[in-house]
Amino acid sequence: MWTWAAAVLVAVLLFNAVSTPGFFVLTMRDGRIYGSLVDVLNRAAPVGLLSLGMTLVIATGGVDLSVGAIMAIAGTVAAGLIARPTGSPFQGGRPSPGLAVPLGLGSGVVAGLFNGVLISVLELQPIVATLLLMVAGRGIAQLLANGQIVTFSDVGFAGLARNAFLGLPNPVWLMLAGLLVFGLLTRMTSVGLFVEATGSNPIASRYVGVNARAVRLTVYALSGLCAALAGLITTADIQAADANNSGLYLELDAILAVSVGGTALAGGRFSLVGSLIGALLMQSMTTTILTRGVAPETTLVLKAAIVVGVCLLQAPSFREAVAARFGGLRT
Amino acid sequence: MNRSFLKDKLPIAITASVLVALILAAGMRFPNFLTLRVLANLLSDNAFLGVVAVGLTFVILTGGIDLSVGSMVGLSSIVAAKLIGTAHLHPLLALTVSLLLGAILGAAQGFLIARYGLPPFLVTLAGLFLCKGVALRISQESIQIDHPFFSAVTGWSLPLPGNASMTAPALLFLLVFGVAIFIARQTRFGRTIYAIGGGAASARLMGLNVRRTLVATYVLSSICAAFGGVLFALYTSSGNAVSGSGLELDAIAAVVIGGTLLSGGFGSVVGTLLGILTIGVVQTAITFEGTLSSWWTRIVIGALLLAFMLVQKAIEAAASRSGTANAH
Repeated sequence: MWTWAAAVLVAVLLFNAVSTPGFFVLTMRDGRIYGSLVDVLNRAAPVGLLSLGMTLVIATGGVDLSVGAIMAIAGTVAAGLIARPTGSPFQGGRPSPGLAVPLGLGSGVVAGLFNGVLISVLELQPIVATLLLMVAGRGIAQLLANGQIVTFSDVGFAGLARNAFLGLPNPVWLMLAGLLVFGLLTRMTSVGLFVEATGSNPIASRYVGVNARAVRLTVYALSGLCAALAGLITTADIQAADANNSGLYLELDAILAVSVGGTALAGGRFSLVGSLIGALLMQSMTTTILTRGVAPETTLVLKAAIVVGVCLLQAPSFREAVAARFGGLRT
Repeated sequence: MNRSFLKDKLPIAITASVLVALILAAGMRFPNFLTLRVLANLLSDNAFLGVVAVGLTFVILTGGIDLSVGSMVGLSSIVAAKLIGTAHLHPLLALTVSLLLGAILGAAQGFLIARYGLPPFLVTLAGLFLCKGVALRISQESIQIDHPFFSAVTGWSLPLPGNASMTAPALLFLLVFGVAIFIARQTRFGRTIYAIGGGAASARLMGLNVRRTLVATYVLSSICAAFGGVLFALYTSSGNAVSGSGLELDAIAAVVIGGTLLSGGFGSVVGTLLGILTIGVVQTAITFEGTLSSWWTRIVIGALLLAFMLVQKAIEAAASRSGTANAH
């Protein structure tokens, strides 16, 4: 499923190995590994986490456009609890970095449940239902931040993004932990089966007793949780929460990573590993463009080409057209 | 109540009542609100959003979506500004180039969607990335437009009674709006769009050229977005690559608030105008209020959007009930 993405990822990395001397060099300093590869992994973590949640959502035949806005909300909640900015709802209390992570994650789950209720109970189309928080979410985040960029200084919370464990930065571990948890959840329990059943044929799965409503509610809540974690990481990294720009357009990157990773966009079939490979591919392209000194806007154009390419490769009518053109070849 | 009344007339009636209620409420709170001047400004301030939303209405009527319109606004405004500023083209020529660019992008998107059945949401997402990337490549900074013809158009306005006036973008918006109503109601193209939204398969069986109509719909949407970019350039006398960021969401919100069903087939251009005015009134009222910050606009628009989606859902449920009732 994700062989194409993996092949392109390897090709991009090899291109860098040839063109940028020292790209594959890893050095150990103060018990921490440094190098371009670690940098790619570290920077891919937020989109990687988003794409894990997005994978399950897309596998049920839905989509979650609100993850970028949820990142902003979660980041603002965490920063607000630490910095207690004046004029915001957090004003007054003692700085409580201990609450930042649980309440930040909690805000993401609440937002995800809101999406889930709209989609599973009220049966709104996922694109439309999540569009709602995409529009209003940043407004809510700004309300929570009283329109400011909330800056703070807290070594403990910043460590979430800045510290390292066993040589690798924490975000990398969080991304891998996310993969492990989601992998176990979907492959070791029946949740994965339920998700695929809901996505491939909701009516048939209802007849065999799958509670599609509960499945949908769960995947959107999980997507909100992943988004919140991604938001906390980016907030901890820069020690500031920017309601306007945190996670801006990252929902699109996550959808792109998922589709590149071989998850069927119509639902029913998914690959968590593929999505992470997709996220790594996008980040390694961005890194390549930056290290080659090409204008960073080129990344956007490349992404556009990849979306269209991947969609075409997945489209049956395109495969048929290609097969007809090149007679003997099987696609 | 029959089905077409429920799906066709009721949403727009609700939107119209909400709009009137909002205007009256704002008028009671702020004595200066109910003046021709405020209403004329409402049109000027929302002209580019309006043109974009009118184009988007057609796409949504087919059951599709176009996420590229916001970035197209930015691209078109920066291309126009660059052509006038650096290449010293006449503004009318620059405008034509911008619109052509929109047509080409729309045709490419429409082709991928209609020919290969790719999801509109993803294809136009690619369009969003492409436009944004190209626009930022052209210029990251806002480009001032300084041209006698351009200044003349920007400076001109149609005087109205009560010290009010109608700017050129506002009039152009009304013109586009009129043309769009004509297209939707009086042309074969418009009727085919509604038929596709009702069901692409049955439209094909009726002998309608679904593929060509779909391509044309996306071309129309992109041209409207490009024209929106030109209006933005007129409105601000400059081009800016990021000017349309997030505009696609406002435009979708306007279309939905205007009573067009996102599943396609039902809705109207008039509704979209009402949707635009509703958003505009909310924005203006929040500005008048003074103490409320601008982010309240997004929250109120989100709440309105939610309310209208729930209304749509209820209408659909009622329509399918009355549909079955009629069948028996």
